[in-house]
Amino acid sequence: MSNILECRNLTKTFGALKALDNITIDIPRGKIIGLLGPNASGKTTFLKICNGLLTPSGGEITIGGFKPGIETKKLVSYLPEKTYLNNWMKVSDLISFFRDFYDDFSIDKAYDMLNKLGISPKDRLKTMSKGTKEKVQLILVMSREAQLYLLDEPIGGVDPASRDYILDTILSNYNENATILISTHIISDIEKILDEVIFLKQGKIILNKTVDEIREENQKSVDSLFREVFRC
Amino acid sequence: MPWEVNPDRPIYLQLAEQLELKICSGVYPLGSRLPSVRDLAQEASVNPNTMQRALAKLEEDGLVYTNRTNGKFVTENKDIIQKVKGKIAQEQVKNFLKKMDELGFAHKEILAIISEIL
Repeated sequence: MSNILECRNLTKTFGALKALDNITIDIPRGKIIGLLGPNASGKTTFLKICNGLLTPSGGEITIGGFKPGIETKKLVSYLPEKTYLNNWMKVSDLISFFRDFYDDFSIDKAYDMLNKLGISPKDRLKTMSKGTKEKVQLILVMSREAQLYLLDEPIGGVDPASRDYILDTILSNYNENATILISTHIISDIEKILDEVIFLKQGKIILNKTVDEIREENQKSVDSLFREVFRC
Repeated sequence: MPWEVNPDRPIYLQLAEQLELKICSGVYPLGSRLPSVRDLAQEASVNPNTMQRALAKLEEDGLVYTNRTNGKFVTENKDIIQKVKGKIAQEQVKNFLKKMDELGFAHKEILAIISEIL
């Protein structure tokens, strides 16, 4: 089975608004893929459907052959756009919480990353800055040995130096059979680590190519192409 | 030599060129074993598949070969390396001449400047 995620004619409407409009795509294993689009293009809606947090209005989606549900939660490690963690918890509490939830969670990996980013396990979330909270969440998500990582805006609030470390972490932690889907606006920083990009515009896929194809065909970076395609 | 990726060209080509340079300048000596694709990718902060593609290009050019169980090695053939060096030198000189052209120097004047510096 070469595709980790397949979706056919996937549609999601909110009243009259088409958030996702007839999306058909296969996402292979072993790739790092950028899900790129301006605000309100459907990125988060797509990721939420992948996680079973929203149900499709039409079409089909399978992950590892299963519809989103209990089975796929074992395969998917999800970083949501908003935090869902309890503010009063310490980082060490969160780690044991995740350990209880997920069989594939590696405590060693989590502590190692915390250490490298200079975050104390004794700190409570409540006392942390926005960027540090984001780092903690990403550490929790990347410490799982999942088959599909769905990261919704993972580096938005993080400073450039930590951003580099986080990208390195993503590169070093993912195994060759796992796929990472990253939704983001910050393209220039992550372009180098991507295999492919998907451009979403008003709920439709308007481009699905490898980074080097884009560079070869357009003589410009994905970041410049994005700015051109989505010029306001 | 730190890795550098410019925005306007395919990444794998740029990586291949920089690997060539590292081999020609002896950072990776003749016949030596290259770091793993994964390590190289991490060093350059790029996608491992992209690094793999760059190495595949060098393999096509005969600069690198794969030993099935042991990883990738730099060729032991000095001629190939000499040839690649020659190619890089030509490119560098052409770039230089193009810039001098844009500045409006004739080839004679350029030669005069060069011999003055040498």
